[in-house]
Amino acid sequence: MTAIVDYGVGNLFSLKSSFAYIGENAVVTNQPEVILSADRIILPGVGAFGDASEKLYSSGMADILKKAAAQGKPILGICLGMQLLFEKSYEYGEHLGLGFIKGSVKPISERVDASVYKIPQIGWNALKFKGEKSPLFKYINEGDHVYFVHSYYGADCDESLIATTEYGFEVTAAVSSGNVYGTQFHPEKSGDVGLNILKAFVSFS
Amino acid sequence: MITKRIIPCLDVRNGRVVKGVNFEGVSDVSSPVKLAKFYSDNGADELVFYDITASAEGRGIFTDILCEAAKTVFIPLTVGGGINTVADFERVLNCGADKVSVNSGAIRNPNLIEEAAKIYGDQCVVLSVDAKRVNGKFHVFAKGGREDTGMDAIEWIKRGQASGAGEIVLNSIDTDGVKNGFDIEMLSAVCDIAEVPVIASGGAGCIEHFIELFKNLPKVDAGLAASIFHFGEVDIKNLKNELSANGINMRIC
Repeated sequence: MTAIVDYGVGNLFSLKSSFAYIGENAVVTNQPEVILSADRIILPGVGAFGDASEKLYSSGMADILKKAAAQGKPILGICLGMQLLFEKSYEYGEHLGLGFIKGSVKPISERVDASVYKIPQIGWNALKFKGEKSPLFKYINEGDHVYFVHSYYGADCDESLIATTEYGFEVTAAVSSGNVYGTQFHPEKSGDVGLNILKAFVSFS
Repeated sequence: MITKRIIPCLDVRNGRVVKGVNFEGVSDVSSPVKLAKFYSDNGADELVFYDITASAEGRGIFTDILCEAAKTVFIPLTVGGGINTVADFERVLNCGADKVSVNSGAIRNPNLIEEAAKIYGDQCVVLSVDAKRVNGKFHVFAKGGREDTGMDAIEWIKRGQASGAGEIVLNSIDTDGVKNGFDIEMLSAVCDIAEVPVIASGGAGCIEHFIELFKNLPKVDAGLAASIFHFGEVDIKNLKNELSANGINMRIC
């Protein structure tokens, strides 16, 4: 069973539907015991980092996730959920992340000319793998396209970087460290390529 | 590099797609769920569901259909038509929509864009504009293009993006339905001031029109069309292959 963490951020309909479509039992939950007994965990997220981080910490969910990560449970953060895995974010101030991935979250606008590269980056972009091919990508190929919607990116993640995409510079597309994974793009909105990434993730336990 | 997007639009009334022909392998082309899946399997980068129902009962049927489609189609879904309040945003987002497009609702209440963008984020709010030439200017038309608001389209779009609209759909009433190509002049004027993605709509009749669009206006991010896809005049897979062969960056699958 895969637990999709519900902490009051964003809409989980498509995410839940995508797991049903690939035949995986996924439960949307905010219950610690359900999350800690799941085979793996999805951390979703849409919206602002500060608001989401505050919700994770004030609800106690951050501690539950840290416990699950320490137990070696596979965790996949998606979009803002990926950014929350980092140490901190500079989106409207400075906010604390979960610290599973080294580095911080910074605005794309610091790196590109916004008159050429519109912000947010919205649309389909190609993946470039970094380092040894991640098991998360075992069913897909380099160059496959996935769907991005974001104005901030994960910076300075060093060896945790497993894929980038070209948007005026090499933007972090996916990260992993041990049992923790994150994708800046939305696998649940990336057609067959995205579903194949989710299939790979549900094979982890 | 980010790809250009091809977006079919499905007009839905009382739970059925309004116009269309039979495609091989699709048992019921007037089923929005089946047609959406067909387009997605054939390379559509995104889908627009446009609700042209007038009744409250029809609205309920529309959201049921949307939920069904979102269970089998895993590409971005935009919903438009009948979006007047934040509650309308909530209604369609809960059924799997990713973006919501506002048109007449924002003309009646321009605060709607800002209110929705604050709650759901800029990326969720699409400003759809029906524009037509009047005395040498581009005017915004309301009520499905029937009513001249007198507003300047360029000023309206500037205001919309300042309020938080994350994308602009420009539908030229002058070229819509004529199938003689997109309105390059009007789109060019919008591209000059656009800071967010621009989606071109109105006038596509064949593959060459899309090539002309993306070649002439590199700042246009996507091309939207309805009937040419529904009537099988343009096949999305062919279209994307042709665009790619012409040096336009496409997602080929």
